[in-house]
Amino acid sequence: MNTTTMAVPSQTGIDEGTLVAQAREGDAGAFGELVRRYEGKIFRLAQHVTQNREDAEDVLQETFMKAYEHLDQFHGDSKFYTWIVRIAVNQALMKLRRRKTDKSVSLDETIDTGEDTILREVAAWDEDPEQRFSREELGQILDSAIQSLEPPYRSVFVLRDIEELSTEETAEALDLSVPAVKSRLLRARLQLREKLTRFFKRKGDDAFAYM
Amino acid sequence: MLTCKDFLHELSDYLDESIDTEARAKLEQHIAECPNCWVIADTTRKTIRIYKGMDPYPIPSDVEARLMKALEKKMAAKHR
Repeated sequence: MNTTTMAVPSQTGIDEGTLVAQAREGDAGAFGELVRRYEGKIFRLAQHVTQNREDAEDVLQETFMKAYEHLDQFHGDSKFYTWIVRIAVNQALMKLRRRKTDKSVSLDETIDTGEDTILREVAAWDEDPEQRFSREELGQILDSAIQSLEPPYRSVFVLRDIEELSTEETAEALDLSVPAVKSRLLRARLQLREKLTRFFKRKGDDAFAYM
Repeated sequence: MLTCKDFLHELSDYLDESIDTEARAKLEQHIAECPNCWVIADTTRKTIRIYKGMDPYPIPSDVEARLMKALEKKMAAKHR
């Protein structure tokens, strides 16, 4: 049997725990299936955190390489996905830190807690305002809003509200306290809300309609 | 009496439904009386919903091909 071929398409229905166990025993097909399940999400996460396609591709490769190398260190006490997200986040943050010329990438900088967030634009939205845009336009609007967030807020938002990790998992992945995750998440959500209001506010409403 | 600032402070937990019934009731009373906070809560909830509904873009085939190639090489080296 050729253990190095990853092209085994019949494993899509197998549960994650079984695949991990098989992969640990050297089953390349099982590891290949794990890669296929999560590569899209890991690539998206890497793009959001690094904001750079080339770095994101490196992060994607490094994540699965490391996961494969250290598979014996995964004990199944968290989900496999959470485990590889943690690897991916570390790789992506390393890329950011390496870009030393960009002063905005420090994750340790003092940040506001979100309580003083300026709410300039308060206008109601339609029920499904995203329907007004094509899929492509919507993707661009959402991506550019995320890009405008500072890295400390962006990473928390991406993990919590896009990758849907829990507050505790996000804290663990980013090496932050739970209160820090919560305050950054609030700030990120409010900033995005404000940015999206420009596109999604109900037609005919102005900023002061509800004041 | 809850202020708008108190409300904003609790907004994330309120939207994530990770607060107890008593706190929730207070927040709901506040938004029933404060149109501004109602709009902020509603539009923040929609913001989160829209982002959660975003599908991962399909991974470009050249990126996937390079990933698979790199991994197969690594595996071959391990089993040699």
